[in-house]
Amino acid sequence: MNWITNFVKPKLQSFVGKKEVPDNLWETCPKCSQMILKRELKVALYVCKHCDHHFRINAKDRLESFFGNNFMIIETPKIKSDPLKFKDSKKYVDRLKKAKKNTELEDSVLVASGTLNKTKVTVAIFDFNFMGGSMGMAAGEAIVTACNYAKKNKLPLIIFSSSGGARMQEGILSLMQMPRTVIAVNSYCKTNQPFLSILTDPTTGGVSASFAMLGDLILAEKNATIGFAGSRVIEETIKEKLPQNFQKSEYLLEKGMVDFVIHRKDLKKKIISILEFLNP
Amino acid sequence: MQNFLDFEKPLLDIRSKIEELRHLKDTSENIANELSNLQDKYDKVLGDLYENLTPIQKVKVCRHQDRPKFSQIIDQIFDKFEIISGDRLFSEDRSIKGGFGRLDNKNYLIIGNDKGNDIDTRVKNNFGMAKPEGYRKAQRLYNLANKFNLPVVTFVDTPGAHPGVDAEDRGQSEAIASSIRCSINVRSPIFSFIIGEGGSGGAVALATGNKVTMLEHAIYSVISPEGCASILWRSANESEKAADSLKLTAQDLLDLGIIDEIIKEPIGGAHRNLESTCSAIKERLLSYTQEFEGKSSESIISQREQKYLSIGKEFLIS
Ligand SMILES: [Zn+2]
Repeated sequence: MNWITNFVKPKLQSFVGKKEVPDNLWETCPKCSQMILKRELKVALYVCKHCDHHFRINAKDRLESFFGNNFMIIETPKIKSDPLKFKDSKKYVDRLKKAKKNTELEDSVLVASGTLNKTKVTVAIFDFNFMGGSMGMAAGEAIVTACNYAKKNKLPLIIFSSSGGARMQEGILSLMQMPRTVIAVNSYCKTNQPFLSILTDPTTGGVSASFAMLGDLILAEKNATIGFAGSRVIEETIKEKLPQNFQKSEYLLEKGMVDFVIHRKDLKKKIISILEFLNP
Repeated sequence: MQNFLDFEKPLLDIRSKIEELRHLKDTSENIANELSNLQDKYDKVLGDLYENLTPIQKVKVCRHQDRPKFSQIIDQIFDKFEIISGDRLFSEDRSIKGGFGRLDNKNYLIIGNDKGNDIDTRVKNNFGMAKPEGYRKAQRLYNLANKFNLPVVTFVDTPGAHPGVDAEDRGQSEAIASSIRCSINVRSPIFSFIIGEGGSGGAVALATGNKVTMLEHAIYSVISPEGCASILWRSANESEKAADSLKLTAQDLLDLGIIDEIIKEPIGGAHRNLESTCSAIKERLLSYTQEFEGKSSESIISQREQKYLSIGKEFLIS
């Protein structure tokens, strides 16, 4: 599912003329179909000013939105080789190369430490643009690294998930990231430092069914898809139409699965406020 | 009559000939010799087939309707079994069974996926696909084991956690995540046996052993080959390729350092000899019990944590 479209509405295009509006300056909101200038979108933390649709935000922009330039990236191990020699229509190593080039990231999780209103925190941020934010060995190890760093330095831990789940191309090794990340989070939590899990669009599969659902508090960004099984799989299994809003943040709040549903622009303020209770 | 898998057609052909000859009720030497030849041939073909199973064939064997299921295995292995039911929160999920087991005067806490032995139990047990209440029962059991310091034996055999609206509504993700966390904190040793299908996160919830052992033709995978094929190849017909690529056989998993040991199955697979399959599992269980006897809770928990934390390290670079 590629939400980045350089598609400019034909109506507007014919109105202003092709040359005056380079396609790549505009983004079309997938929800309300309004067009938004890309640089405006970035300033608005990738939220549509017309309908509040939350676009997926890349890890670096997320990091900057929280800390400005005031953060330190924590290096995490990367994949040395492709242990399964996985190949579908493309080789896994080629998919990795392409994802690295497109995102300028080494893998799907970025770990950093920074200061939020005088409180030093550790963050781990998934980037959906890197192979759907899938969790393989490098992402799992990044979560482990973040937990260990936060534990060692006695810092609050905040993990922003945005992931379709385990990375199939690493097979069982990616499935093993479920117990690995749970062990790391579990061990960190014994220090009685707070772990805030922020669920953003989407948080599903092996990510939601491991560390992401184990936060002391779980916050969900507005209208994010959150769940274990994919809605298509569920629909095929039950052969019925799914309830309205199924697996959306607001739906999960109703079911008692998350603590808050929050607009992205309010997220930083909310986290600071919560940390004041947990980390006086 | 045995149920044959598609790739066992050569066996079925020989078996039909044997049945035909037997039907003649002819006791002449010629017929006796022919029968004996056919039986030899049958044994040879069976042995060769199972010696060289491809990944997709193993997928079929581990899902075989006659493959030993939880209740049969418990009956065979343990001297006594007391079932424990319910999650105390919502309902009883029959796809995950548990209870106290005794073997050679030692007590265990048993948790396992139960796909069911016949059509009736299969439906009741939701084909081994647990809902949150199943995982929450597992948490209860892990906590009991922890409180009473009972070694845990888990039997893994599930296509995966149940995909459904009800399961999602009651927090399938949270239930699986919390089960894993619960198992990690158990101070007694956990011995996990993957006896059939180890399907994705739903399997992991019961497979976090200090020892993880697989039957020779069992599988353990991040996604079913059919699911993988439909996503990556955009066609469920490519599941053979997906099965090859996913490295889901016991032999692959041993090489990747995911499991500790493989239990050899009888010729023709576990479903052709329940007794010998179970006696092999029992033998390993007794040996593991002995290995962990006298170990401190701290060392048991730490061994388990380190075991998982070290998985895959050789494929990463700092
Ligand atoms: Zn909009």
